[in-house]
Amino acid sequence: MTKQIRQLDRVVIRFAGDSGDGMQLTGDRFTSETAQLGNDISTLPNFPAEIRAPAGTLPGVSSFQVHFADYDILTPGDAPNVLVAMNPAALKANLADLPRGADIIVNTDEFTKRNLAKVGYQSSPLDDDSLAGYVVHPVALTSMTVGALAEQAVSKKDAERAKNMFALGLLSWMYSRPYESTLRFLERKFAKRPELVAANIAAFKAGWNFGETTDSFSVRYEVKPAKMLPGTYRNITGNAALSLGLVAAGVRSGLPVFLGAYPITPASDILHELSKHKRFGVVTMQAEDEIAAVGAALGASYGGSLGVTTTSGPGVALKSETISLAVALELPLVIVDVQRAGPSTGMPTKTEQADLNMALYGRHGEAPVAVIAPKSPSDCFHAAIEAARIALTYRTPVILLSDNYVANGSEPWLLPDVESLPDLRVEFATEPNGEDGTFLPYLRDPQTLARPWAIPGTPGLEHRIGGLEKADKTGDISYDPANHDFMVRTRAARIETIPVPDVEVEDPDGDARVLVLGWGSTYGPIGAACRGLRQRGLSVAQAHLRHLAPMPANLDEVLRSYDRVVIPEMNLGQLAHVIRARYLVDAIGYNQVRGLPFTAAELETMLEEVLKNV
Amino acid sequence: MSEPVALKLTAKDFKSDQEVRWCPGCGDYAILAAVQQFMPELNIPRERTVFVSGIGCSSRFPYYMNTYGMHSIHGRAPAIATGLSVSRPDLSVWVVTGDGDALSIGGNHLIHALRRNVNLKILLFNNRIYGLTKGQYSPTSEVGKITKSTPAGSADAPFNPLSLALGAEASFVGRTIDSDRKHLQSVLRAAAEHQGSAFVEIYQNCNIFNDGAFDQLKEPATRDDFLIRLEHGQPITFGKDGQFCVVHPPGGFGLEVRETASVRPEEIVVHNATVTDPAYAFALSRLPGLDLRNTPIGVFRSVDRPSYDSVVQDQVAAAKAAVTETPEQQLAGLLASGDTWTIR
Repeated sequence: MTKQIRQLDRVVIRFAGDSGDGMQLTGDRFTSETAQLGNDISTLPNFPAEIRAPAGTLPGVSSFQVHFADYDILTPGDAPNVLVAMNPAALKANLADLPRGADIIVNTDEFTKRNLAKVGYQSSPLDDDSLAGYVVHPVALTSMTVGALAEQAVSKKDAERAKNMFALGLLSWMYSRPYESTLRFLERKFAKRPELVAANIAAFKAGWNFGETTDSFSVRYEVKPAKMLPGTYRNITGNAALSLGLVAAGVRSGLPVFLGAYPITPASDILHELSKHKRFGVVTMQAEDEIAAVGAALGASYGGSLGVTTTSGPGVALKSETISLAVALELPLVIVDVQRAGPSTGMPTKTEQADLNMALYGRHGEAPVAVIAPKSPSDCFHAAIEAARIALTYRTPVILLSDNYVANGSEPWLLPDVESLPDLRVEFATEPNGEDGTFLPYLRDPQTLARPWAIPGTPGLEHRIGGLEKADKTGDISYDPANHDFMVRTRAARIETIPVPDVEVEDPDGDARVLVLGWGSTYGPIGAACRGLRQRGLSVAQAHLRHLAPMPANLDEVLRSYDRVVIPEMNLGQLAHVIRARYLVDAIGYNQVRGLPFTAAELETMLEEVLKNV
Repeated sequence: MSEPVALKLTAKDFKSDQEVRWCPGCGDYAILAAVQQFMPELNIPRERTVFVSGIGCSSRFPYYMNTYGMHSIHGRAPAIATGLSVSRPDLSVWVVTGDGDALSIGGNHLIHALRRNVNLKILLFNNRIYGLTKGQYSPTSEVGKITKSTPAGSADAPFNPLSLALGAEASFVGRTIDSDRKHLQSVLRAAAEHQGSAFVEIYQNCNIFNDGAFDQLKEPATRDDFLIRLEHGQPITFGKDGQFCVVHPPGGFGLEVRETASVRPEEIVVHNATVTDPAYAFALSRLPGLDLRNTPIGVFRSVDRPSYDSVVQDQVAAAKAAVTETPEQQLAGLLASGDTWTIR
C-alpha cells in the first residue's frame, strides 16, 4: 500500500522503557540520524540513579526525549507528540506528560498480567478505554524481533535485547530518517561480535519494513532540514562539550591540563572523556576522594599545569577548604560543578540550580572566586574555555556551574574554527621582580592584579607560599592588621574588576517593560517562552547571565531599564537574592525545584500574568 | 648521559631568610638542621626541590627551606604533592607532616599516596601529641594519655605509623630519631635514592606538651638496650653487648626478641629490606612494646615497584608519540570526530 506523507515543522518523541531496554542508546541513535538530516535538535535523557532497578517497575523506567524541527529550537520540548512505551511501567510513568491526541507506540508483548500488576494496573490499559484520547499503536515488538531473528546465530535472549533496534527502525521509517549512521554505529559497537551486528541490523530493518507494510501506521512524516548557519555540525552533550573545551583550553594555553576527579553523578562523564585525550598531554587522576581531587589539581597548577577538578554539589562542599587555599595562593584552578538536586545525596540524576549560593559564598573567610555558567549543551565548550581564561589570566579559582540538564542534554553544535578560539598563553615568571634581585611573589600586575606565576624549577625565584596570610608583595607570613585588611580588599577587587562582557538584552520589539533574567541552563525554556509571547504580539525582554561573579558592568543599567524583572530559577531564588541585594531591584522570583527543567509553556503562562499586571 | 655537574651547595644555601619560630628546645630544630645539612649531598638544584606541608608545628618546615615550598592545609599535603609530582616528574618533592596531620585528618591521603607509590619523600614528625593546638592527644598517643581533651585518659588505641604504611604497601618505610643526626641523614639518604613513595617516621620530641616521650631511646643508659639498629644484610642483634637478637619464633609467625646466648647464630634473622612480602617489615614494626623497648630504627623496607608518576607519564608519552599533527590540527580533528554533517 502507498503511505500518505505528511509534513510537520516539529516533533517531540519520547522513548521510554526499562533501564535495561537500551532507551538511552535508542534515543541517541535517533538523534544522530535526525542530526544527519539537518533538523535542529534538543534532547533530554531522564534516567534513574539505580543502575538496574527491579525490572518492569516504575523506579526502573528510563527515557530519552528528542525534539526536532525545521527551525531553530531551544528546548527538548514540553510534551511529547509520540511516546514509545516498551512496557506498562514506561506507559504509566509517562502518560501524564502526553497531550491528548498524542501517538503511543506500545510493546504489547510486555503487557502481561504480571507486568501490569507490578505497576498497579488492574486491567490492561490497552483493553479498556483509558487510552481513548490517544492514538495507540499496539506492536508486538519483542516477538516480532525474535521472529525476525529466527535465522540469525544469536540466542533468544540476545534476539530479545535487539527489540530497541526494531523500535528504532520503526520510528526511523515513520519520520523518514537516514539510517546509514546507525548501521555504521552498530558495526563499530559490536565489532568483536559480528553475529550481534547482523542481528541488530536485521532487527532495525525488520522495524523499518514493518512500518512500511503494516496497516497500523498509515502515515509517514517528514520534517524538513532547519535553516542553520553554514558550517560543520555535530550533536553534542554538555559534558562532552565541556570536556572538549578543557582540551581546547590546554591547546590554546600551551599548558598541560591536569584533571583531578572523584567519580560522581552527573560529572563522571567529563573524567571519562578527558581520560581519552592523553595525546594532548592531558593527565587525569581518579583521586581517593573529592578533597584529594582538588588538592592534586591545585598541586598541578602550582607546578604550571591548568589544574581542573570536576564534581557535583556534594563534592564542591568537600573541596571548599582547598578552594579557599587556592584563593590565598592566587593560583589558577577550574572547579566544574555539574549541579544536581540536593541537599545531601538528593536526586543525583535530576537537575537543579541550587549551588549558586555555595559557588558565590560557600567558603570560610572572605574568599571570592569567579563564577560562570553555560546556557546550553554546546555552550559548555565555550564556558570551559572562558573559565580557563579567567583562571589563567587572573590566577584565581573559577567555579563553572553546569547542571544535569545541560550536561546530559544535547544539541547540534556548529564546530568552531580552532584558530578563532581565544589565545590563552600565559607567561611564567622567569626573573626576579624586586630590588637587589629579590623575588616578590605577591607583587601584582597593576592591570590584572594577578601575582607572578613562578613555577618550581625556575632558578632564582625559590619562594614559599601557603594558607597563612601573606604580606603584600613579599608574601612573608603577616599578622599585621592593616596588611590583612588590604589583602582581603585586594582579593575582593581582584575578582570584582575582572572585565567580563556586557550582558546582552534580547528585545526585538524594543518596547518591552518586563525583563526576564536567567542564568545557566534555563536559557532554552526562557527563550522559548519569550518567543511564544512575542508570536502572540506581546513584548518581553530576555537577558541571560553567563558571568555570576563578577557580574557584567552594564547589568545595573539593564535592570533599571524595565518596570519589572522576573528571575526564573530551579532553586528558591538564589540569583534573585543577589540581584535584590546588589542592585536594590525588586525582582520577582519564579522558582521550581522538581528536578526537572522548566517547560516553556509554564514560563509563558507565568510571564503572561506578569505582563498583565505591569 | 654525562656526569651531573657538582653544584657545590652547602647547608647555608638551604636556609631561608625567615626566622625559625618553633618553641626553644623543640626537636624540629634538629631535624631542620639535619635536612639542611643533608640536602647538598643530593646535588639537586634548589629550584627543583619542593617541600609541601600540611598544618601543625612540623608543617612550618617549608618556610625555613630556601627551596620552593607550600604550606598547605591540614592533612592535604600528600594530595597536593601528588598533583605536583605527577605533573612535574623533574622535581624532587618532599612532604613534611606530623602525627595529627598525616594520621588523623589526612589519613586517607597518606595511605593512598603510599598505595599509588607516588614519587614523594614523606617525613612524618611523630611527637605523639598535638602541639600547635596546645596539647591534645594524637592518633599516636598511648592509650590512657591524659591531656586537656582527655582528662580521664584517652580511650582509643593509637596507630603504629609504620604498620599503617606497610599495610598500605608502601615501597619504602623507615624510622629515625630527631636527636641522632647521623642516623637521620642515613635514612633520608636511602629515602631520597628510592624511586616511589618513601615514608620516614621521625621520632620528635615536643618539649612543651609531651616532653621526654622518646627518652628511653635517647638516654645513654637505656638506648642501646632499647633500640634495634637495622642494617641491611646484617643479623639483627642489639643491646649494649649484642645480648639481644631477633628470631622467627619456631612454630609461630612474625618476629620475636630473644637473648642472643639462648639461640643458635643461624636462627638470628638477617635483615633484608628488599623482601617483597610486606609481612616481614610489618613484623619488625610490631616489635616495640608500650615502653619503647625493642624499637627498630633504620630502613625497614625498600622494594622496587613502578611509581604512579612514571606509569602516568609513560601513558601520556606513549599517546603523544603517535602524534604527527600540531596541537591545533589535533584539536580540529577531535572537535570534528563522531557523526558530523555540513550545512552549506
